[in-house]
Amino acid sequence: MRLHPILAALRRHKTGVVLIALQIALTLAIVSNAVFIIGQRIARMDRPTGVVEPGLIRISQQWLDAPTGDDAAAVEQLDAMQRTDLAVLRGLPDVQEVAASTSMPLQGMIWSGYLTRTPASSAPSVQAAYYYGDERLRSTLGLRLVAGRDFTAGEILHHAIRSTAVSPVVIVSQALADALFPQGHALGKTIYQDGKPATIVGIVERLQTPTLSAWGSGWSYNSVLEPVRLDGDTASYAVRARPGREQAAMREARKALLAVDPVRLMPDSWGIQPFSEIRAKVYRADRGMALLMGAISLILLCVTAAGIVGLTSFWVGQRRKQIGVRRALGARRADILRYFQFENLFVAGMGSTLGLLLAIGLNLWLMHHYALKRLPMAYVLVGMAVMLLLGQVAAYVPALRASRVPPVVATRSV
Amino acid sequence: MFGYYLEIAVRSLRRNTGLTLLMVLAIGFGVGASMTAYAVFRAVSGDPIPWKSSNLFVPQIDAWGPVARADDGEPQDALDYTDAMALMRYHRAARQSAIYAVAPSVLPTDASRTPIPLGGFAVYGEFFPMLDVHFEYGGGWSAGDDERGTPVVVIGAAINRRLFGGADSVGRMVSIAGRDYRVVGVMKPWNPQPIFFDVVDTGGFGGDGPDLFLPFRTAIAADMENAGSTHCPKGRMPSAPGFAGLQASSCTWIAYMVELDDAVAVRRYRQYLDDYAREQQRLGRFGWPPDNRLRDLRTWLDHEHVVPDDTRVSMLVALGLLLVCLLNTVGLLLARFLRRSGEIGVRRAMGASRSAICLQFLAESAVIGAAGGVLGLLLTGVGVLGAGLVLPVYLAGLAHVDARLLLLTVLVAVLATVLAGLYPALRASRVQPAWQLKTQ
Repeated sequence: MRLHPILAALRRHKTGVVLIALQIALTLAIVSNAVFIIGQRIARMDRPTGVVEPGLIRISQQWLDAPTGDDAAAVEQLDAMQRTDLAVLRGLPDVQEVAASTSMPLQGMIWSGYLTRTPASSAPSVQAAYYYGDERLRSTLGLRLVAGRDFTAGEILHHAIRSTAVSPVVIVSQALADALFPQGHALGKTIYQDGKPATIVGIVERLQTPTLSAWGSGWSYNSVLEPVRLDGDTASYAVRARPGREQAAMREARKALLAVDPVRLMPDSWGIQPFSEIRAKVYRADRGMALLMGAISLILLCVTAAGIVGLTSFWVGQRRKQIGVRRALGARRADILRYFQFENLFVAGMGSTLGLLLAIGLNLWLMHHYALKRLPMAYVLVGMAVMLLLGQVAAYVPALRASRVPPVVATRSV
Repeated sequence: MFGYYLEIAVRSLRRNTGLTLLMVLAIGFGVGASMTAYAVFRAVSGDPIPWKSSNLFVPQIDAWGPVARADDGEPQDALDYTDAMALMRYHRAARQSAIYAVAPSVLPTDASRTPIPLGGFAVYGEFFPMLDVHFEYGGGWSAGDDERGTPVVVIGAAINRRLFGGADSVGRMVSIAGRDYRVVGVMKPWNPQPIFFDVVDTGGFGGDGPDLFLPFRTAIAADMENAGSTHCPKGRMPSAPGFAGLQASSCTWIAYMVELDDAVAVRRYRQYLDDYAREQQRLGRFGWPPDNRLRDLRTWLDHEHVVPDDTRVSMLVALGLLLVCLLNTVGLLLARFLRRSGEIGVRRAMGASRSAICLQFLAESAVIGAAGGVLGLLLTGVGVLGAGLVLPVYLAGLAHVDARLLLLTVLVAVLATVLAGLYPALRASRVQPAWQLKTQ
């Protein structure tokens, strides 16, 4: 196939060529970035939390008749109330294990601080989330212990939420251990939590922090388990239901807790919720964004394909006579078909080359203004291939019609 | 004449239904997607207090010093207790209020006596005139009440209905977190979104509007803890326990808003903030020179990224889709009009002027645009409904369809299509009648 006749013909349809090429370029630029965003969101949603999610339930409640103040007597009374709740939950038939637990991954409520290897506040520090709970917290969440040991019952402290006391022992996530001790051997070492010393007695394989917001994204897996029951007018528990008994366990828990103390706030929306619900809520925006980007990409591809079909059909209609002449001079139907396919390949090639530049430009702009990562070349290259293929498929129908123009058209005046 | 053009347009459109349908679909989807994105964007980016936003300012004081800065190099977006109280004491703005979020529960006097959890804010009396809060009954409290820490409360319309059946409850007592407060005002329903006066604690959106407001000093004296977020500088956690420890620390947890009436007042207040920071430096509390900010409300909301990035990116991508749909329409209209060169030739030969031809094809574009607009309306409706299902819960309720959006949808569709039809119509009007008639 020679390029010359195609170029000569296209020169007579400059506007149409420019329109199709521009459409392809813009479509490529937007779709490759949109698909990249979808990929990013899916990767974000697929991250493991480190906890065994099926069967995990979070109970969060507020006593409305709790003692006020943070004197020792009030703290003791609050702790007794919390221990009563824990004991009652533990006795339920569909509950496997229960722990005091202030936070859960993805759940949003976070305590955090700065950890250092030396007591000086100027030492290089690592930010981490604090998970307060009792000796059953690790096993209830289903975290895998990779080194060291669990907390013993005797190590569990309890104090008010705004206390300045700090536990002398902690369990840390592997990510945090690696960040603090890049050479390894974190177990048994002393670290300083906001200047106060604690010994690492255990390391868990993985534990994501409770927050997904941007300010915590640099240390998503830096977590510390603190052997402390926090005493306040709110208390939260982690419950592990027996396999397949999640719903039953939630019903039993609500009934039992209200029987112990009815004057508590434990609404349906956040009082007792399975982990699956926490996950669905927190990733709702990401799922929505992925869906929206998917829908827009689909519409874009359809519109562009339709545009190619429309304009190619028009060109075929305009050139019926020329096609007839070519056929009369001996061109086969396959030659005509190939001519239009090749013509489209040429236009789509120009469009997607421009689209490549636009896609990178759009990505740079998005990176500058919004927290978007660099678009890998693979996305644009696959996108270019898709656009070329789309053009070929869209041009096929009108090209086929062109190839069916009979040679006799050449002899007619219309 | 225009009516005639419309008639020809409809006839010609019916003659070539495939192509017509294609164009209507493209415009419908393009406009539907853009308008859906716009409805969401409009819902979250609106000015919550347009008549006054240029007079409301948020001061930021660099209380942590350059080493404890966040990555963006900006000072903290809330104040610590010491600075907030100093700013209130100096009282340099026309009106001002320190603000922090509280979440007490209230004990109703009815038979149930089940405590109701509430969300509200501890503020100063000037808060209400500063933000033009409207009252159903009564009003705010006085500066004297602020100073004395009088146990008074302003309640929202919804909570007034729940506690007092919607009656004028001014002077009645309510039991909040175990203490008795006298109702001094009942607000008209008020739920600004974004919650511009305390973005730091609320994140900007959510809730059904504040249930109550208490005097700041009263809430502090009652040990009513901060229900919003608290940020402490690295390595400087509160050295004493409890709420008192937080107040003595340099942790930031108090939102602050001031009203400044003109540019001179703004300059003076800026100067005052720097003087204050310099004084703190002299006293040894700050070990660094002043680095303060005083942003007006709109700039502040931008700075706090109140409009989610996702919303802006979606809007941009949807506009891109509309652009592609329009390019598509230009192409298809061009094909459509030039295919009728013969018809144009005849009309020109019969005496139609170029502008008449041009107008005829623009009319045809407008008809296509209107049809696309109707489809766009439908898709916008579906889109906004669908957006409610996939948006974060706190945003879902905000996007809505109203007459303005519907009108805009049709307008955008028709205008965009006519714009797209401009070049093809111009080309069509340039068709040479003689040449066309010859080939016929």
